[in-house]
Formats: sequence, structure tokens, C-alpha cells
Amino acid sequence: MSWGFLRDLLSGVNKYSTGVGRIWVAVVFMFRLLVYVAAAENIWKYEHDEFECNIKQPGCENVCFDHFFPVSHIRLWALQLIMVSTPSLLVVFHVAYRENREKHHNQKLYRNPGEIDGGLLCTYLISLILKTGFEIVFLVLFYKLYNGFKIPHLVKCDVRPCPSTVDCYISKPTEKMIFLYFLVATSCLCIILNLSELSYLIFKYSLKCYLKRYMKKQQ
Amino acid sequence: MDWGTLQTVLGGVNKHSTSIGKIWLTVLFIFRIMILVVAAERVWGDEQQDFVCNTLQPGCRNVCYDHFFPISHIRLWALQLIFVSTPALLVAMHVAYTKHEKRRRFRNGEKIDIEELKNEKIHIRGPLWWTYTSSIFFRIIFEAVFMYVFYYMYDGYQMPRLVKCDAWPCPNVVDCFVSRPTEKTTFTIFMLAVSGICMMLNLAELCYLVIKICMKEPRKT
Repeated sequence: MSWGFLRDLLSGVNKYSTGVGRIWVAVVFMFRLLVYVAAAENIWKYEHDEFECNIKQPGCENVCFDHFFPVSHIRLWALQLIMVSTPSLLVVFHVAYRENREKHHNQKLYRNPGEIDGGLLCTYLISLILKTGFEIVFLVLFYKLYNGFKIPHLVKCDVRPCPSTVDCYISKPTEKMIFLYFLVATSCLCIILNLSELSYLIFKYSLKCYLKRYMKKQQ
Repeated sequence: MDWGTLQTVLGGVNKHSTSIGKIWLTVLFIFRIMILVVAAERVWGDEQQDFVCNTLQPGCRNVCYDHFFPISHIRLWALQLIFVSTPALLVAMHVAYTKHEKRRRFRNGEKIDIEELKNEKIHIRGPLWWTYTSSIFFRIIFEAVFMYVFYYMYDGYQMPRLVKCDAWPCPNVVDCFVSRPTEKTTFTIFMLAVSGICMMLNLAELCYLVIKICMKEPRKT
């Protein structure tokens, strides 16, 4: 069980997406998942071992690390990737439900079970709203937990059992900051893609509805 | 989840590439991605642990390492490979869209070249030519940008054995020793050479496509 599962999930979702949705899947694959696995994970691999405090007091380093990094950036990143990909499952389930219904009743109930109309449109819109919501929640969480997206070289720690205010040095702060900014940029790009897809779908189907009603009135 | 997924996606693009494009893909997989995963990652694996400074001052090593290596070579290469592979996705999407359109028109009863649909080979012409050519152009730009970034960040392509560091909290100018500098230099030059080869392949492919379309135009007129 690893990121391969997420990859398969996203490939499955691709079939029922719009054009913008497919671009979103490509961005999540290439610029988020692949960058995470191929590059970012290794930067944070030894973060605790390389976190060094200017003191010999046992326990001080542990306590300071825990105080400044309640949840590591890389874990938050992983959670964000998982939460943001999951709403697409709603669409997959709905299509599976439709196909099941057709089989059960043994007749063609839908023009195409994978086509985005009616109930599936609602599910798709809900999944888009959830995706955008999760992205924003995680960005705000990153911002609040770490006072912005900067990673300092040095933090001053005075938690017990540290005897006084102690200098603690974080490893690879510049590299971590570069990748954090990369994460923020790709999140924002995904938010923009989701919002454009949302507006496009709402516009398209409102227009369809309006035209149908207009035709009916004409008749 | 690793480079294998990228390999699957790009392998799909292979069918619709020119011969030079296929050679480029092979070079990318064997001499860049495979070398990165199998060899380079091991060489850079212990870089901070074995970065040693001639001082006992806690924190000096961390700060000096961060000062001299703002972003590690291995991460830059991973990003370079990802960015350089991304334009091929544009081509894959365009091909998928073209096939989808052809199938739709075939279902609606229009006459379509059944052989082409059956063989699933799309010829590079019309809008696809533009997508393909832009993707090659972007590849060249990304390669050049990353090669420049490497040069700018590390003052050339050589890894020094010793760096002198006086960032706070180091008490004075401290000697810091980089681990495996010769091996790292060797791999840096190797990856640079392969980047250069890939760039030349891309340029050759671009010229080939432009010449091909220019030769077709006079024939039409």
C-alpha cells in the first residue's frame, strides 16, 4: 500500500473528468505527487537527527523539536495530497452506482453512465467544492502552524528541560523553503483549475437549461 | 509510486513521436532517470551527515551546509527531469483528444480513415504539429534554464573538497569538508553531458519538423 494506490485512483477518475479535470490530474501527478516522492521526501528524511541545539542537556533537543514542529511539513504535505485526491472518489462511486442500477434493472437507464448530467453533475460539483475547500484548509493550516511559509535557520527555545534560552539550528532551511513555496504554488494552481472547472460547468449547464426552457416556450 | 509512472506515461507518447523523439526518450530513461535513481541518489544520500566542519560549535555545520547548498544537486536534477518531461504530456493530451474526436465522428457516420484509427497512429500534422513543436521548444528552454541555474548556484560544475564558512554561529572562518567531491563532480559532468545531448537531439528534431513542413508547402502550391 503506497502512493501507487493514489496513482491508480487518479487514473480511474480521469475517464469521467472534463478537459480541465484532466489537466488537474496531470498537475497533481507530475508537480505534486512525483515531486513529493522523488525529491521532497528525502529533504525531510533526517530532519530530527540533523536538528541541533547548542546545549548538552539531554532531552532539550527532543523537546524543542517537538515544540517547533508539532506536525512535520512533509506529513502535512502527504495528508494534503491524500485529502485533495479523495473527493474524486465520489464521482467514481456514483458512476459505479449508475452502472449497477442499469445491470440490476437490465435496461438502459442512462444515455451514458459516465456522462456528466443530472445527479452526476451535482456529485461532480460537490467533489470540486470539496477539493478546493481542502486545498484552502491545508494552506491556511501551513500558514498558521509555521507563521508563514518561511523556515528560519535558527529558533530560540526555552522549554523545560532546557536550562535557558537555547539556540537550535534547523537543517537545510533554504531547500525546505524552496519546496514549500513550490507546494504553495502548485496548490494555488490547483485551486484556480478547480474554480475554473466549477464556473465552466455551472455556466454550461445553466446555458443548456435556459436554452431548453426557451425552446419549450417557443413551442 | 516512483519514476515508473512517468515511464508509463511517456512510453505512451513514444508511439506518436518522430524517430529522433524516440531516441530522446531512450536517452532520458536510460542515461538520466535510471542513473539518477540507481547511482546518483546513493552518492548524494549521505551528503549532510558526512559534511564535516572543523569546529565543535553546534549549529555551525547546519548553517554552513545550508549556505553552500541551498538546493541539493539531486533535487535540482529531479525537478529538471520532471519539467523536461512535462511538455510531452501536452502531446499525449492532444493525441488523446484527436483520437476521441475521430471516434466520435466515426460513430456519427462520417468517413474516417479506418486504417489510421485501427493502427492508432496519428500523423504529426496540422494542430498536432504545433503542439509537438511547442513541446520540443519548451523542453529546450527548460534544459537551458536548469543548466544555467546549476552553473549560477554552484559557480561552475565542479564540487570543491573544502569550503570556507564564516556564517554565524561559526566562531571564525571554519573549514568544512564536502563528502565524495570527486564522485559528485563526475556525476555532475555526466548529467551535464547528457543534458547537452538531449538538447541537441531536441534541436535536431525541431529543425527536422520545420524542414518537413517547409518542404510540404511548396509541393502544395
